[in-house]
Amino acid sequence: MASNSPASPLIPATWVWLGFALVLLVAPWIFYSNLSLTMLSQMGIAIIACLSYNMLLGQGGMLSFGHAVYTGLGSYLTIHALNAVSQGHLALPVSVLPMIGGLAGMGFAFLLGFVTTRKSGTAFSMITLGMAELVFAMSLMFSDFFGGEAGISGNRVVGQAVWGITFGPQRQVYYLIAFYTFISVGLLYALTQTPLGRMLNAVRDNPERVEFIGYNTQQVRYRAFIIAGFFAGIAGGLGALNFEIVTAEVVGPARSGAYLLFTFLGGATFFFGPILGGILMVLAFVLLSEITKAWLLYLGLVFLFMVVYAPGGLASLIMANLRVLKHGRLLDLLPSYLGFGLASVLILAGAGALVEMVYHQQLNAALGTDLPFAGIVLNSADPLTWLTALGLLLVGLLLFEWVRQRFALRWSAIHSEMAQSQGISP
Amino acid sequence: MNSSMALCLRGVHKRFGNTEIIRGLHLEVTSGERVAIIGPNGAGKSTMFNLISGRFTPTSGEILLNGQRIDGLKPFEINRMGLSRSFQITNIFPKLSVFENLRCAVMWGLGHRYSFWTFLSNLKDANDLAHVWMKRIRLDTKSDVLAMNLTYAEQRALEIGITMAGGANVVLLDEPTAGMSNSETERFIELIKSVTKGKTLLTVEHDMGVVFGLADKIAVLVYGEIIAYDTPDKIRANLRVQEAYLGSLQAQGQ
Repeated sequence: MASNSPASPLIPATWVWLGFALVLLVAPWIFYSNLSLTMLSQMGIAIIACLSYNMLLGQGGMLSFGHAVYTGLGSYLTIHALNAVSQGHLALPVSVLPMIGGLAGMGFAFLLGFVTTRKSGTAFSMITLGMAELVFAMSLMFSDFFGGEAGISGNRVVGQAVWGITFGPQRQVYYLIAFYTFISVGLLYALTQTPLGRMLNAVRDNPERVEFIGYNTQQVRYRAFIIAGFFAGIAGGLGALNFEIVTAEVVGPARSGAYLLFTFLGGATFFFGPILGGILMVLAFVLLSEITKAWLLYLGLVFLFMVVYAPGGLASLIMANLRVLKHGRLLDLLPSYLGFGLASVLILAGAGALVEMVYHQQLNAALGTDLPFAGIVLNSADPLTWLTALGLLLVGLLLFEWVRQRFALRWSAIHSEMAQSQGISP
Repeated sequence: MNSSMALCLRGVHKRFGNTEIIRGLHLEVTSGERVAIIGPNGAGKSTMFNLISGRFTPTSGEILLNGQRIDGLKPFEINRMGLSRSFQITNIFPKLSVFENLRCAVMWGLGHRYSFWTFLSNLKDANDLAHVWMKRIRLDTKSDVLAMNLTYAEQRALEIGITMAGGANVVLLDEPTAGMSNSETERFIELIKSVTKGKTLLTVEHDMGVVFGLADKIAVLVYGEIIAYDTPDKIRANLRVQEAYLGSLQAQGQ
């Protein structure tokens, strides 16, 4: 149980949930600009999507390459339902329309999952990839449903306003999303504490043995897949209401890849990892893409870095350090962390300058050789600039490796000490 | 067909490509009997277990569990009909705790199936039974330890626990003491005896001391056929067995 609950040994569960609700409630009053409100809304959506994805990846060991199929089809069904409401064909309040998305996601997961979940491992991944391509290809074929290049747009300010809520202002939409986020996170967490949730972990760990204790692994995977499809559809439906437009890219492979990437970055091995992942996803998509054209490249580098050095994602880094903190030895690691910090700054400065100069030369060469970078102006024609950047990068990498080796020794020393003091391993 | 017949193999063959590993197995195990399967390496002992437990499908022949055909069924279907097995190479849930391992093992038998509308913590029957099994396999002090962090002997005990906890009446143990030291083996045999009381037991074992101490009957499997099936005393006296197996084993020992 302990391995799955969010920070359970440190803070009682009730406080975690109350805190979460409080954060959702006050966030739009602390970050109140239009951009922040949009981002907060998107974060809620991304959190649901990543958590539903992690039900497959982290809890069930199913590496899906096509999760956007379920979020995306949820979006489409919701926007069509919204338009049906606008035209008076459907008498539903706007606030329940994400449920249509959820049911759509569930329905498609029921249909397509029957095929995908028959297999596990590599075959499962390949089939999900095939399904994703299939649906994306269809989105270009059936323009009545998918809206072609322009997509399908709608207007969420329809029908009777309940208690004066029109869903015109972004803040009202945010609270609708926050409500769905809180309920979805709660339900998805509850699912990890049920027989199906636990058998899903067992199927992830050792599918063969599961067959010999009476469970049909295919059924376990299939049921989890349908439930994940439901929550994916909810996220998609909220996305449709938030943006009021749905284009074919929502079912595309890039979106599926983003769910995988950010769920992994957040941390698939802990329940709250994908919550961090969802937040990072919006930060990267909205802010990082504003700062630099090369944002996807940086994202790829960070991803590579995490896979190599911290395969448990951000969540596992946090949890590991919390354990050290509880043991009272976090201060011993401080020099290492300062070293890592310095090395990261050097690497970022060096690699960043190199990347930006390459991008500048390829895309903006007509604007001259100078480009602004982190508050200074770089001359991309001067070899010295290139050499300096390269030097910074190399020094940073060497420092990183030097710190890492010392850190690894200290880390394992602290951990063997912790294991001894507990009498058992973690 | 005798109603107290727990397990019955009739003319079971298994061929992999052109190689026939199992060549016409006949075996009848009465309810409550403990049968040890012995035989030289490569005789097909593990294959026989894989056939009975549904991991492999027989090429021909019939396998009956409590009078019902089980050949060709899936492992989980066979398990639900009351047959459980352990593995020669430890086969547990490494990232789940000892308690979770056992709780998973008892859940189907208690009828919780794929439920996602009840909390595990409220399943009193499953939790109690998992605790009982933790005590029985003497791992009750390691409740929250992840299975991958147990010692080898503890993992072997957990393997037996997972196998038995589901409540199956016919149990196949594939070399339960494999890789254990002599003193560990001795304690382990006591454990196996206590947890399999009243069950029909088939076990593959190399340690002759264990075999003669544990079994009511011994089946000698050589080149995919059972050449003798009798009480331990008679097996010991059987010339054919001595020639084919025990003799060579003694020769190895000296």
